[in-house]
Amino acid sequence: MTPVLGAALVGLTAVSLYAIFGGADFGGGVWDLFASGPRRQAQRDAISNAIGPVWESNHVWLIFAIVTLFTCFPPVFADIGANLSTPLTLALLGIVLRGAAFVFRNHAADTFATARSWTAVFGASSIIAPFFLGDAAGAIATGRYAWTSPFALSAGVFAVALCAQIAAVFLVRETSHDRALRDDFRRRAVRATVVVWIAGLVPALLAHQAEPGLFAALIGPVARIGIAIAMLLGIVVMLSIANHRDTLARVAVGAEALAVLAGWFGAQAPNLIPNSWTYQTAAASPAMLSAFLVATAIGALFLIPSLALLFFTFKGRGSGSDAALPPMTNP
Amino acid sequence: MEHVIAARALMGTSLAFHIVFAALGVGLPLLVVAAEGLWLRTKRRAYYDLARTWAKGMAILFVVGAMSGTILSFELGLLWPTFMRYAGGIIGLPFSLEGFAFFIEAIFIGIYLYGWERLSPVAHWLSGLPIVLSGALSAAFVTTANAWMNMPAGFRIVNGTVVDIDPIAAMLSPPWLVEVLHTTLAAYVVTGFGAAAVCAFALVRRSAEDRREQVQAGLTIAMLVASIAIPLQWIVGDVIARFDADHEPAKFASLEVLFHTRRHAPITIGGIVSGDTVRYGIELPSALSLLVAFDPNAEVKGLDRVAPDDRPPVAAVHYSFDTMVGSASLLLLVAIVWTIVALRKRVPAKSLLIGIAVCGPISVVAMEAGWFVTEFGRQPWIARGLLRTSDAATVAPGVDVQLYGFSIVYVILAATCWWLLRRVGTKDHAA
Repeated sequence: MTPVLGAALVGLTAVSLYAIFGGADFGGGVWDLFASGPRRQAQRDAISNAIGPVWESNHVWLIFAIVTLFTCFPPVFADIGANLSTPLTLALLGIVLRGAAFVFRNHAADTFATARSWTAVFGASSIIAPFFLGDAAGAIATGRYAWTSPFALSAGVFAVALCAQIAAVFLVRETSHDRALRDDFRRRAVRATVVVWIAGLVPALLAHQAEPGLFAALIGPVARIGIAIAMLLGIVVMLSIANHRDTLARVAVGAEALAVLAGWFGAQAPNLIPNSWTYQTAAASPAMLSAFLVATAIGALFLIPSLALLFFTFKGRGSGSDAALPPMTNP
Repeated sequence: MEHVIAARALMGTSLAFHIVFAALGVGLPLLVVAAEGLWLRTKRRAYYDLARTWAKGMAILFVVGAMSGTILSFELGLLWPTFMRYAGGIIGLPFSLEGFAFFIEAIFIGIYLYGWERLSPVAHWLSGLPIVLSGALSAAFVTTANAWMNMPAGFRIVNGTVVDIDPIAAMLSPPWLVEVLHTTLAAYVVTGFGAAAVCAFALVRRSAEDRREQVQAGLTIAMLVASIAIPLQWIVGDVIARFDADHEPAKFASLEVLFHTRRHAPITIGGIVSGDTVRYGIELPSALSLLVAFDPNAEVKGLDRVAPDDRPPVAAVHYSFDTMVGSASLLLLVAIVWTIVALRKRVPAKSLLIGIAVCGPISVVAMEAGWFVTEFGRQPWIARGLLRTSDAATVAPGVDVQLYGFSIVYVILAATCWWLLRRVGTKDHAA
C-alpha cells in the first residue's frame, strides 16, 4: 500500500464514521425538533440519553477528518476553505450551536423558558449542520464548488434525510425498554427510509439535467454498484425494522451510509476534487504521509480500546433498557 | 474592512475566546480528579460534593471549548488558505496527534460525566485520569505548531519550493519545549486561580454557608495548584525571555521597547510609545543587559537591527508584555501570602480571600496578554521569515460578516455559560 492510499483510507474512514455516528446525533436533533404525540417528552428524553455520553467523541471524527485533510492533502483543504466559505461557515454555525445547545438545555432543564429556547436551537441547528455539510459535499462533486446549484442543495436535503434515517433506526434499539416509544421510532425509521429513497433520487435527476460530467460518473460502474447496494440495504432496513430485528437494522443502515459514500468517492476516484486535484497531485510529501501513518497507528492503539470502553459502558448489551440511567439534568 | 484585517480580527477573537475554555479544559480535570481522589481516601462527603460540582462546571466549559476549537479548525482553512497550503504539509503532524489526544479526552469526558452511577468509585476515578493527561497533551501538541510559526524548522526552500520536509523536526522546532511548558503552566495558573476565586468569593459573601466545608476544600485544592504553577511559570518565563533575546530578537526588542542596539540596556516599564521613542517609562539602568547575559555591559540587539518592514507593532507588544508581567506579579504575591498562611495552618483572612477573588480574572488577563505578546511579537509574519500574514489571508468575500456573526455567537455562548456556571455554584447539589 502506498502512503497516499493509506492516508486516503484513514481520511475516508474518518469521514464515514462521522457520517454514521455524527449523522446519527444530528438526526437525533431532527427527531427532537419533530417530537410529537403523547410521548413527546419521552422521545426527547430518549434522544438525550442516547446522544449524551457519545456525541462529543462522535464529533471528534469531524476534527480528525479535517486534520487528516490538511496534513495529508493540504491544497485540497486550502481550496475548499477558499471556495466554499459560505456553506462551511453556515455548517460550522450549525455544528457549534447544536453542541452548545444540547449541553445548555440539559443543564437548564429546570428553567422552562431557557430550556425551551435551547431545545429549539438544538433542533434547528441539527438540520442546518448536515444540510450545509451535504451541500458542500455536493458542491465538491460538481467540480466547480457550485454550492448554490440545485444539485448541491438537493445533496444537502439528502444528507439531512440520511441523518434522520440513521437516528431513527438507532433509536429503535435505544428504546427497547418501552414498547410504545420504540414503536414511535419504528414508524419514523420506516418513513425516513422512504424519504431517503426519494431524496436520493432527486440529486440523480438533477445531475442528469445539469451536471453532465457528474452524471457520467454516477452511471459509471463504481457508483452504480454503490447506489444499488445502498438501495438494497434500504430494503433490508425496512424489512428488519418490520420484523423487529433491531440490531440488523442498525448494521444495515450504517452499511447503507457507507455504500453511498463509497459510491461517491469511488465514482470520482482518482480525483479528490473533480477537475482540480487527484489524491496523488494533492498529497503532501512522502515523509509527512509516513509520519502521519505512524502517528495514526500509535494513536489507534489508544483510541480503539477507549472507544470500545465508551460504547461498552453506555451502548453495551442491555444498557439501552437500563431504567437506572441517571437523569439528564444531572450528568 | 480590509480582508487581512477582518481575518486577523476574527481569528484573534476566536482564539482569545477559545484560549480561556481550553485552559480550563486542561486544568479543571486535575482539580476534579484531586477532589474525587481525596473523597476516595477520606470518605469525607465535602470532597465528593466538590468533585460533583466541579465536574458539572467541567461539562459546560468543555463543550464550549470543544465547539470554539472546532470553529478554529475550520477557520484555518476559511481564513488562511494560503498558509495552510504551505504549512499543512509541514506542521500537520502535531495537529494529527492533537486529534487523537482530543479524541481520548472526549471519550473519557463522556465516560466520566455519565459514569458516576455506572462505574465503581475507583473505576470512575481512574476514568478521570486520561482526561487530565490527554487535555495537557492536546494543549502541548497545538503549542508546538505555534512554536513552529515563531521559528519554522524541518524543511528547506530550494528555488521557491519546499523540500526535505522532516515532520518531527518541524514539530520540535527550537522553542517547542519552553512554549509548551509556558502554555501548560498557564492553564494550571488560570484554572487554579479561577476556581479558587469562585470559592473565595463565596466565602467572602457567605453565600454558601451550608456548604462551607466543601467551599473551603475547593479553595485549598485550587490554591495549591495555583501556588505550585505560578512560581514555575515565572522561571519558564525568564527562560523564554532569554531564548527570545537570542532567537526572536524582533519580538524581544519590541516587548522591551529597545529601539537601539546598546550596552547597559535598561528595562523600561510602562511609558508612552510614539515613533521610536518611549516617554515617561520607568527605566531600570542596565537591567536588561543583566537579564539577558548576566553582565551589565552586554550588548542587546535593538529594533534597529530589524528591517523596518519586518518590525512588530511595538506598542502593542510592549503594553501586552507589561500587562502580563504586572498581572503575574500580583498572582505570585497572593500565592506566596496564601502559602505562608496555609503552612501556618491559619484560616485565610477576609483581605486575603478578596485578593484571591481578584486573582481569578487577573490570571485570565495575564494569559491573554501573554498570548498577545507572542502573536503581535511575531508580526508581520504568520510563519516567521517564511510567509507574511498579509499574504496568507483569504481573498474570499464576507469575512467581515463572519466576524460579526461569530462575535454574536461568542457573546451568547459566554453569557449562557456564565449563567449556567452560576447556577452550578449556587444550586444545592447534595444529591
